[in-house]
Amino acid sequence: MLKILKYSFYDLMRSRWSYVYFIFYLLLGFVLLFLNNNVSKAVITLMNIIIVLTPLIGTIFGVMYYYNSKEFTELLLAQPIPRNKIFMGQYVGISLSLTLSLVLGLGIPFVLYGLFRSASIFDFSLLLVVGSFLNFIFVALSYNIALSTENKIKGFGYAILMWLLLAVVYDGVFLISLIFFNDYPLDKFSLIATMFNPIDLSRILILLKLDISALLGYTGAVFRKFFGTNFGMVFSMSVLVFWVIIPVFRMNRKLRKKDF
Amino acid sequence: MIEFKNLHKRFGKLTVLDGLDLEIKQGGIFAILGPNGSGKTTLIKCLLGMVIPNKGDIIYEGKSVLRKWEYRNNLNYLPQIANFPPNLSVIELIKMVKNLRPKTSNEKDLITLFGLEDFLNKKLGNLSGGTKQKVNLVLTFMFDSDLIILDEPTTGLDPISLIHLKELIQKEKSKGKTILITTHIMSFVDEVADEIVFLLDGKIYFKGTIEELKQKTDNNNLEHAIANLISKQYA
Repeated sequence: MLKILKYSFYDLMRSRWSYVYFIFYLLLGFVLLFLNNNVSKAVITLMNIIIVLTPLIGTIFGVMYYYNSKEFTELLLAQPIPRNKIFMGQYVGISLSLTLSLVLGLGIPFVLYGLFRSASIFDFSLLLVVGSFLNFIFVALSYNIALSTENKIKGFGYAILMWLLLAVVYDGVFLISLIFFNDYPLDKFSLIATMFNPIDLSRILILLKLDISALLGYTGAVFRKFFGTNFGMVFSMSVLVFWVIIPVFRMNRKLRKKDF
Repeated sequence: MIEFKNLHKRFGKLTVLDGLDLEIKQGGIFAILGPNGSGKTTLIKCLLGMVIPNKGDIIYEGKSVLRKWEYRNNLNYLPQIANFPPNLSVIELIKMVKNLRPKTSNEKDLITLFGLEDFLNKKLGNLSGGTKQKVNLVLTFMFDSDLIILDEPTTGLDPISLIHLKELIQKEKSKGKTILITTHIMSFVDEVADEIVFLLDGKIYFKGTIEELKQKTDNNNLEHAIANLISKQYA
């Protein structure tokens, strides 16, 4: 598996898109710091961008890599390697290279600006950790979609739809249902509903750490009340781990019966 | 050496292999023929473990291959469409495949044979179709395995490379290896194949030497003999 990982990683590290992604984060980091002139304020703005963008990029890279390397994967499948190792290697390779773009792209400007002397270093690190989680989660989800969909265009469509659903539509439906069922106790409902969306979960996780009540919103407040800040963070982090494990598990199950 | 036992494979409603039985003995060149969509590639992919049959078993060198992977160390496969990661160079790809198979390889001779020296440091994405196919051939023939499977090996090759390919196939045969070839180019079959396996409707319709086929169909020309077999399907 490590060999496949290594080559997928090298292959991606040399692709133009990895650099575009890296440079985008680099510029974003510099611009935000220049405009905000303050590390902790920049972290908040950054959170809003990372939480929507990393899932999108993870999704697109995941499906694109799967479909583009299909013939090559077939070549690998004919080699003496178990098939789950091939796909796990590719999956970890994509996720890692995306994570590297994120960490380096944002890390460089913030370090240059004086992150190590700032009190926000933990907030910033948490942001990167959550961003990496989102990479691993959404690459896994998109790989699941790609594995289940033969047609490239359809697979791409479903993947984008999934992102749209989780990043935009979910919140809207959630909010409407909160308003609609205003008369009922909604604490448990909103707690559970949050866990079913890794993007919401990441947002709450970061806001709990940043400790900005104004931005927490209803679900965040419920979360804090129910779990407390520290336990809430540990809990949401472990749910994020599940969000990686379950799609990866399903991927391996799907692979056992898949024809290439 | 290879035995397919009562192999069934369906893709949705389409039945591709329908209780196929086939035995292939060690040594010699076997051409797997059949009209488009007759299940040639599916059959090969079942053997490679890429397609999982609904029913039946495949025995390679005395052991069932289903859900296994170690056996693939003793076979070489040339896929139909060669599409490699565009950002890797030719030499990197060769090294990678070597790295994946801990086995002695003779890629140097093959690189010289196909005149690929000047392309070694070029990225795979920039190569022409024919050159990619040559790289594909190097990757297939560089390992010493008992079984070699070639899926449409002639695609995109220039006449000189085609001659080299034929020589290569004969050389491997003389070492006592088994070679499976699928192709639609009958002159190629006529020239290299010892035996023909003809697939129709997911079953083996004919298996035997070219001479036997010509006698059976009462036709002296292989191309016509095969066309004769295929036309029976539509009759």
